[in-house]
Amino acid sequence: MHQTYDAALGINLLHANQAGAEHNRAHLDAWGITCLNIMSSPGAGKTALLERTLAALTADFRIAVIEGDMTTELDADRLRQYGVPVIAINTGRSCHLDSRMVSGGLHRLEHEYNPAEFDLLLVENVGNLVCPAEFEVGEHAKVALLSVTEGEDKPLKYPIMFQEADCLLITKMDLAPYLDVDLERIIANVRQMNTTVKIIPVSAKTGEGLEVWLDWVRSVTKPTGVPA
Amino acid sequence: MHETDMTKALILTLRDWWEAEDRPVIARIHLIVGKFTCVEPASLQFAFDVQTQGTFLETAELVIEETPLIAFCHTCQQEYAPAIGIQYACPACRSPMDDIRSGRELKIERIECTVP
Ligand SMILES: Nc1nc2c(ncn2[C@@H]2O[C@H](COP(=O)(O)OP(=O)(O)OP(=O)(O)O)[C@@H](O)[C@H]2O)c(=O)[nH]1
Ligand SMILES: [Mg+2]
Ligand SMILES: [Zn+2]
Repeated sequence: MHQTYDAALGINLLHANQAGAEHNRAHLDAWGITCLNIMSSPGAGKTALLERTLAALTADFRIAVIEGDMTTELDADRLRQYGVPVIAINTGRSCHLDSRMVSGGLHRLEHEYNPAEFDLLLVENVGNLVCPAEFEVGEHAKVALLSVTEGEDKPLKYPIMFQEADCLLITKMDLAPYLDVDLERIIANVRQMNTTVKIIPVSAKTGEGLEVWLDWVRSVTKPTGVPA
Repeated sequence: MHETDMTKALILTLRDWWEAEDRPVIARIHLIVGKFTCVEPASLQFAFDVQTQGTFLETAELVIEETPLIAFCHTCQQEYAPAIGIQYACPACRSPMDDIRSGRELKIERIECTVP
Protein backbone atom coordinates (compact mmCIF):
# COMPACT_ATOMS: atom_id res chain seq x y z
CA MET A 1 0.00 0.00 0.00
CA HIS A 2 1.13 3.53 -0.69
CA GLN A 3 0.62 6.62 1.35
CA THR A 4 0.82 9.93 -0.48
CA TYR A 5 2.42 12.93 1.14
CA ASP A 6 1.16 16.16 -0.28
CA ALA A 7 2.89 17.77 2.64
CA ALA A 8 5.92 18.01 0.42
CA LEU A 9 3.88 19.71 -2.27
CA GLY A 10 5.53 22.83 -3.53
CA ILE A 11 8.93 22.19 -1.97
CA ASN A 12 11.44 23.58 -4.39
CA LEU A 13 13.94 21.12 -5.77
CA LEU A 14 16.62 23.55 -4.77
CA HIS A 15 15.18 24.07 -1.32
CA ALA A 16 18.39 23.14 0.50
CA ASN A 17 20.45 25.48 -1.67
CA GLN A 18 17.91 28.27 -1.37
CA ALA A 19 17.80 27.99 2.41
CA GLY A 20 21.60 28.20 2.48
CA ALA A 21 21.51 31.27 0.22
CA GLU A 22 19.09 33.03 2.54
CA HIS A 23 21.27 32.15 5.51
CA ASN A 24 24.30 33.65 3.74
CA ARG A 25 22.32 36.77 2.86
CA ALA A 26 21.27 37.21 6.48
CA HIS A 27 24.94 37.15 7.55
CA LEU A 28 25.88 39.60 4.80
CA ASP A 29 23.05 41.93 5.79
CA ALA A 30 24.12 41.81 9.41
CA TRP A 31 27.66 42.75 8.37
CA GLY A 32 26.36 45.46 6.03
CA ILE A 33 27.93 43.83 2.97
CA THR A 34 26.47 44.03 -0.52
CA CYS A 35 27.15 40.86 -2.48
CA LEU A 36 27.30 40.66 -6.28
CA ASN A 37 27.26 37.29 -8.04
CA ILE A 38 29.25 37.67 -11.25
CA MET A 39 28.51 35.11 -13.96
CA SER A 40 29.38 34.44 -17.59
CA SER A 41 30.61 31.79 -19.97
CA PRO A 42 34.30 30.87 -19.60
CA GLY A 43 36.59 33.69 -20.64
CA ALA A 44 33.99 36.44 -21.10
CA GLY A 45 36.16 38.68 -18.93
CA LYS A 46 34.99 38.35 -15.32
CA THR A 47 38.46 38.46 -13.81
CA ALA A 48 39.55 41.30 -16.10
CA LEU A 49 36.47 43.28 -15.01
CA LEU A 50 37.19 42.56 -11.36
CA GLU A 51 40.77 43.76 -11.76
CA ARG A 52 39.50 47.08 -13.15
CA THR A 53 36.83 47.28 -10.49
CA LEU A 54 39.25 46.68 -7.63
CA ALA A 55 41.74 49.16 -9.05
CA ALA A 56 39.01 51.83 -9.11
CA LEU A 57 37.03 51.16 -5.96
CA THR A 58 39.39 49.98 -3.22
CA ALA A 59 39.89 53.63 -2.20
CA ASP A 60 36.14 54.09 -1.56
CA PHE A 61 35.04 50.69 -0.30
CA ARG A 62 36.38 47.78 1.68
CA ILE A 63 36.06 44.93 -0.79
CA ALA A 64 36.49 41.18 -0.51
CA VAL A 65 36.39 38.64 -3.32
CA ILE A 66 35.24 35.05 -3.46
CA GLU A 67 36.74 33.36 -6.46
CA GLY A 68 35.15 30.16 -7.71
CA ASP A 69 37.35 28.16 -10.00
CA MET A 70 37.16 24.53 -10.98
CA THR A 71 40.83 23.72 -10.60
CA THR A 72 43.35 26.51 -10.20
CA GLU A 73 44.05 29.63 -8.14
CA LEU A 74 45.24 31.59 -11.17
CA ASP A 75 42.36 34.08 -11.10
CA ALA A 76 42.62 34.46 -7.32
CA ASP A 77 46.32 35.27 -7.61
CA ARG A 78 45.59 37.89 -10.28
CA LEU A 79 43.19 39.63 -7.89
CA ARG A 80 45.37 39.40 -4.75
CA GLN A 81 47.67 41.97 -6.32
CA TYR A 82 45.04 44.58 -5.50
CA GLY A 83 45.53 44.08 -1.78
CA VAL A 84 42.06 42.74 -1.02
CA PRO A 85 41.19 39.43 0.65
CA VAL A 86 40.55 36.85 -2.07
CA ILE A 87 39.00 33.63 -0.89
CA ALA A 88 39.50 30.93 -3.49
CA ILE A 89 36.93 28.18 -3.61
CA ASN A 90 37.94 25.16 -5.56
CA THR A 91 34.68 23.85 -6.94
CA GLY A 92 36.17 20.60 -8.20
CA ARG A 93 33.97 19.05 -10.87
CA SER A 94 31.02 21.20 -9.93
CA CYS A 95 30.26 23.73 -12.66
CA HIS A 96 28.91 26.49 -10.41
CA LEU A 97 29.19 27.86 -6.89
CA ASP A 98 26.41 26.87 -4.53
CA SER A 99 25.34 28.44 -1.27
CA ARG A 100 27.19 25.86 0.82
CA MET A 101 30.52 26.61 -0.85
CA VAL A 102 29.99 30.34 -0.42
CA SER A 103 29.02 29.78 3.20
CA GLY A 104 32.42 28.13 3.67
CA GLY A 105 33.99 31.21 2.10
CA LEU A 106 32.07 33.51 4.44
CA HIS A 107 33.25 31.55 7.45
CA ARG A 108 36.81 32.02 6.32
CA LEU A 109 36.18 35.75 5.94
CA GLU A 110 34.75 35.81 9.45
CA HIS A 111 37.74 33.95 10.91
CA GLU A 112 40.53 35.77 9.18
CA TYR A 113 39.08 39.30 9.07
CA ASN A 114 36.46 41.46 10.69
CA PRO A 115 33.58 41.04 8.25
CA ALA A 116 31.72 44.08 9.60
CA GLU A 117 34.46 46.26 8.09
CA PHE A 118 33.59 45.24 4.55
CA ASP A 119 31.14 46.98 2.23
CA LEU A 120 31.22 44.85 -0.88
CA LEU A 121 31.70 41.17 -1.67
CA LEU A 122 32.37 40.30 -5.28
CA VAL A 123 31.78 36.66 -6.10
CA GLU A 124 33.28 35.41 -9.36
CA ASN A 125 31.30 32.35 -10.29
CA VAL A 126 32.58 29.45 -12.38
CA GLY A 127 32.58 30.19 -16.12
CA ASN A 128 29.30 28.68 -17.29
CA LEU A 129 26.23 30.27 -18.84
CA VAL A 130 23.79 27.58 -17.79
CA CYS A 131 23.48 26.66 -14.14
CA PRO A 132 25.00 29.40 -11.97
CA ALA A 133 21.77 31.30 -12.63
CA GLU A 134 19.74 28.61 -10.84
CA PHE A 135 21.95 28.39 -7.76
CA GLU A 136 21.69 31.48 -5.60
CA VAL A 137 24.58 31.98 -3.24
CA GLY A 138 23.15 34.79 -1.11
CA GLU A 139 23.82 37.66 -3.51
CA HIS A 140 21.90 40.93 -3.55
CA ALA A 141 22.23 41.26 -7.30
CA LYS A 142 23.23 39.11 -10.25
CA VAL A 143 25.69 40.46 -12.77
CA ALA A 144 26.02 38.66 -16.10
CA LEU A 145 28.72 39.23 -18.70
CA LEU A 146 28.45 38.49 -22.40
CA SER A 147 31.43 39.22 -24.59
CA VAL A 148 30.91 40.53 -28.10
CA THR A 149 32.75 37.49 -29.48
CA GLU A 150 30.07 35.09 -28.26
CA GLY A 151 27.33 35.97 -30.76
CA GLU A 152 24.04 37.83 -30.62
CA ASP A 153 21.99 34.67 -30.16
CA LYS A 154 23.41 33.66 -26.75
CA PRO A 155 20.66 35.40 -24.74
CA LEU A 156 18.12 33.38 -26.73
CA LYS A 157 20.02 30.10 -26.27
CA TYR A 158 20.86 30.58 -22.58
CA PRO A 159 17.86 32.64 -21.53
CA ILE A 160 17.78 32.00 -17.81
CA MET A 161 21.05 33.75 -17.06
CA PHE A 162 19.87 36.79 -18.99
CA GLN A 163 16.40 36.71 -17.55
CA GLU A 164 17.71 36.62 -13.98
CA ALA A 165 20.43 39.26 -14.39
CA ASP A 166 20.09 42.65 -12.68
CA CYS A 167 23.04 44.06 -14.59
CA LEU A 168 24.44 42.84 -17.91
CA LEU A 169 27.85 43.87 -19.15
CA ILE A 170 28.54 43.44 -22.83
CA THR A 171 32.29 42.99 -22.64
CA LYS A 172 35.31 43.31 -24.93
CA MET A 173 33.70 46.20 -26.80
CA ASP A 174 37.16 47.11 -28.14
CA LEU A 175 36.90 43.99 -30.32
CA ALA A 176 33.54 44.92 -31.83
CA PRO A 177 35.02 46.73 -34.87
CA TYR A 178 36.77 43.51 -35.91
CA LEU A 179 33.62 41.41 -35.72
CA ASP A 180 30.26 41.34 -37.46
CA VAL A 181 28.57 41.87 -34.14
CA ASP A 182 25.29 43.75 -33.89
CA LEU A 183 25.09 45.34 -30.45
CA GLU A 184 21.52 46.49 -30.98
CA ARG A 185 20.50 42.92 -31.69
CA ILE A 186 22.15 41.59 -28.53
CA ILE A 187 20.26 44.20 -26.54
CA ALA A 188 16.96 43.50 -28.33
CA ASN A 189 17.38 39.77 -27.66
CA VAL A 190 17.96 40.41 -23.96
CA ARG A 191 15.01 42.80 -23.79
CA GLN A 192 12.72 40.03 -25.09
CA MET A 193 12.97 38.42 -21.66
CA ASN A 194 14.26 41.10 -19.31
CA THR A 195 12.89 44.62 -19.48
CA THR A 196 14.57 45.94 -16.34
CA VAL A 197 18.18 44.71 -16.51
CA LYS A 198 20.78 47.49 -16.63
CA ILE A 199 22.81 46.89 -19.82
CA ILE A 200 26.31 48.38 -20.01
CA PRO A 201 28.72 47.89 -22.93
CA VAL A 202 32.28 47.89 -21.58
CA SER A 203 35.87 47.18 -22.42
CA ALA A 204 38.29 46.21 -19.69
CA LYS A 205 41.04 46.94 -22.16
CA THR A 206 40.21 50.52 -23.20
CA GLY A 207 38.12 51.45 -20.18
CA GLU A 208 35.04 52.20 -22.31
CA GLY A 209 31.86 52.09 -20.23
CA LEU A 210 33.70 51.36 -16.99
CA GLU A 211 32.54 54.57 -15.31
CA VAL A 212 28.92 53.56 -15.93
CA TRP A 213 29.60 50.14 -14.41
CA LEU A 214 31.42 51.63 -11.43
CA ASP A 215 28.53 54.03 -10.85
CA TRP A 216 26.13 51.11 -10.86
CA VAL A 217 28.30 49.28 -8.32
CA ARG A 218 28.46 52.41 -6.17
CA SER A 219 24.69 52.78 -6.36
CA VAL A 220 24.05 49.27 -5.03
CA THR A 221 26.81 49.49 -2.41
CA LYS A 222 24.90 51.89 -0.21
CA PRO A 223 24.58 51.15 3.50
CA THR A 224 21.18 49.63 2.75
CA GLY A 225 22.88 47.27 0.32
CA VAL A 226 19.93 46.09 -1.69
CA PRO A 227 19.40 47.51 -5.19
CA ALA A 228 15.96 48.97 -5.85
CA MET B 1 27.11 17.89 -15.43
CA HIS B 2 24.84 20.32 -13.60
CA GLU B 3 22.20 17.62 -13.22
CA THR B 4 24.61 15.87 -10.86
CA ASP B 5 24.51 18.95 -8.67
CA MET B 6 20.77 19.31 -9.06
CA THR B 7 20.42 15.71 -7.93
CA LYS B 8 22.63 16.37 -4.94
CA ALA B 9 20.39 19.30 -4.07
CA LEU B 10 17.31 17.14 -4.53
CA ILE B 11 18.69 14.40 -2.30
CA LEU B 12 19.61 16.96 0.38
CA THR B 13 16.11 18.42 0.25
CA LEU B 14 14.54 14.98 0.49
CA ARG B 15 16.83 13.98 3.34
CA ASP B 16 15.83 17.10 5.29
CA TRP B 17 12.17 16.26 4.78
CA TRP B 18 12.62 12.56 5.51
CA GLU B 19 14.65 13.02 8.67
CA ALA B 20 12.42 15.77 10.08
CA GLU B 21 9.95 13.12 11.20
CA ASP B 22 9.86 9.37 11.39
CA ARG B 23 8.82 8.66 7.79
CA PRO B 24 8.15 5.37 6.01
CA VAL B 25 10.22 4.21 3.01
CA ILE B 26 9.92 6.51 0.00
CA ALA B 27 8.57 4.62 -3.03
CA ARG B 28 8.06 7.35 -5.59
CA ILE B 29 9.01 10.99 -5.96
CA HIS B 30 6.98 13.13 -8.34
CA LEU B 31 8.88 16.08 -9.71
CA ILE B 32 7.65 18.92 -11.84
CA VAL B 33 10.39 20.31 -14.05
CA GLY B 34 9.65 23.32 -16.23
CA LYS B 35 11.03 23.56 -19.75
CA PHE B 36 12.41 27.01 -18.88
CA THR B 37 14.96 25.72 -16.35
CA CYS B 38 18.46 24.40 -16.75
CA VAL B 39 17.41 20.86 -15.91
CA GLU B 40 17.35 18.11 -18.50
CA PRO B 41 14.99 15.38 -17.24
CA ALA B 42 16.87 12.43 -18.80
CA SER B 43 20.14 13.53 -17.21
CA LEU B 44 18.40 14.12 -13.90
CA GLN B 45 16.89 10.65 -14.01
CA PHE B 46 20.25 9.09 -14.75
CA ALA B 47 22.07 11.06 -12.06
CA PHE B 48 19.38 10.18 -9.55
CA ASP B 49 19.66 6.45 -10.24
CA VAL B 50 23.44 6.59 -9.83
CA GLN B 51 23.60 8.83 -6.78
CA THR B 52 20.91 7.13 -4.72
CA GLN B 53 22.53 3.72 -4.79
CA GLY B 54 23.08 2.49 -1.28
CA THR B 55 21.12 5.37 0.26
CA PHE B 56 17.66 5.70 1.81
CA LEU B 57 16.43 6.50 -1.70
CA GLU B 58 17.85 3.36 -3.33
CA THR B 59 14.43 1.84 -4.07
CA ALA B 60 12.69 5.13 -4.79
CA GLU B 61 11.48 5.83 -8.29
CA LEU B 62 11.74 9.30 -9.78
CA VAL B 63 8.78 10.40 -11.90
CA ILE B 64 9.37 13.63 -13.81
CA GLU B 65 6.58 15.66 -15.34
CA GLU B 66 7.66 18.44 -17.68
CA THR B 67 5.70 21.66 -17.93
CA PRO B 68 5.83 23.85 -21.04
CA LEU B 69 6.94 27.47 -21.11
CA ILE B 70 3.81 29.59 -21.11
CA ALA B 71 3.86 33.38 -20.91
CA PHE B 72 1.06 35.91 -20.67
CA CYS B 73 1.04 38.96 -22.91
CA HIS B 74 -0.58 41.89 -21.15
CA THR B 75 -0.97 43.85 -24.36
CA CYS B 76 -2.85 41.07 -26.15
CA GLN B 77 -4.40 39.78 -22.92
CA GLN B 78 -3.60 36.22 -23.86
CA GLU B 79 -1.21 33.37 -23.17
CA TYR B 80 1.37 32.20 -25.67
CA ALA B 81 4.08 29.56 -25.82
CA PRO B 82 7.46 31.20 -26.51
CA ALA B 83 9.79 29.27 -28.82
CA ILE B 84 12.69 28.50 -26.49
CA GLY B 85 16.01 29.36 -28.10
CA ILE B 86 14.35 31.36 -30.88
CA GLN B 87 11.91 33.97 -29.66
CA TYR B 88 10.49 34.95 -26.27
CA ALA B 89 8.59 38.10 -27.19
CA CYS B 90 4.88 37.83 -27.96
CA PRO B 91 4.52 36.54 -31.54
CA ALA B 92 1.49 38.77 -32.10
CA CYS B 93 2.67 42.15 -30.80
CA ARG B 94 6.37 41.64 -29.94
CA SER B 95 5.94 42.69 -26.32
CA PRO B 96 8.72 41.27 -24.15
CA MET B 97 8.12 38.13 -22.14
CA ASP B 98 7.56 39.60 -18.69
CA ASP B 99 4.98 37.34 -17.12
CA ILE B 100 5.87 33.65 -17.08
CA ARG B 101 2.91 31.51 -16.12
CA SER B 102 4.55 28.09 -16.40
CA GLY B 103 7.94 26.63 -17.22
CA ARG B 104 10.07 27.80 -14.26
CA GLU B 105 8.95 25.01 -11.93
CA LEU B 106 11.56 22.85 -10.24
CA LYS B 107 9.61 21.23 -7.52
CA ILE B 108 8.82 18.12 -5.64
CA GLU B 109 5.11 17.80 -6.08
CA ARG B 110 4.30 14.63 -4.24
CA ILE B 111 6.00 11.82 -2.40
CA GLU B 112 4.59 8.32 -2.17
CA CYS B 113 5.66 6.14 0.71
CA THR B 114 5.29 2.40 1.16
CA VAL B 115 3.24 1.66 4.23
CA PRO B 116 4.18 -1.71 5.70
N1 LIG C 1 40.35 42.64 -26.04
C1 LIG C 1 39.87 42.39 -24.82
N2 LIG C 1 40.18 41.26 -24.19
C2 LIG C 1 39.67 41.04 -22.95
C3 LIG C 1 38.82 41.97 -22.32
N3 LIG C 1 38.47 41.47 -21.11
C4 LIG C 1 39.08 40.28 -21.00
N4 LIG C 1 39.82 40.01 -22.11
C5 LIG C 1 40.65 38.84 -22.37
O1 LIG C 1 39.82 37.68 -22.40
C6 LIG C 1 40.49 36.58 -21.82
C7 LIG C 1 39.68 36.00 -20.68
O2 LIG C 1 39.51 37.00 -19.67
P1 LIG C 1 39.24 36.64 -18.15
O3 LIG C 1 39.08 37.90 -17.42
O4 LIG C 1 40.25 35.66 -17.65
O5 LIG C 1 37.83 35.89 -18.30
P2 LIG C 1 37.01 35.11 -17.17
O6 LIG C 1 35.58 35.32 -17.49
O7 LIG C 1 37.48 35.52 -15.84
O8 LIG C 1 37.41 33.59 -17.47
P3 LIG C 1 37.12 32.30 -16.53
O9 LIG C 1 37.25 32.73 -15.10
O10 LIG C 1 38.15 31.31 -16.92
O11 LIG C 1 35.73 31.86 -16.88
C8 LIG C 1 41.85 37.09 -21.37
O12 LIG C 1 42.79 36.79 -22.36
C9 LIG C 1 41.63 38.58 -21.26
O13 LIG C 1 42.81 39.32 -21.46
C10 LIG C 1 38.51 43.18 -23.02
O14 LIG C 1 37.76 44.05 -22.57
N5 LIG C 1 39.05 43.34 -24.26
MG1 LIG D 1 38.09 34.35 -14.22
ZN1 LIG E 1 1.08 40.41 -27.43
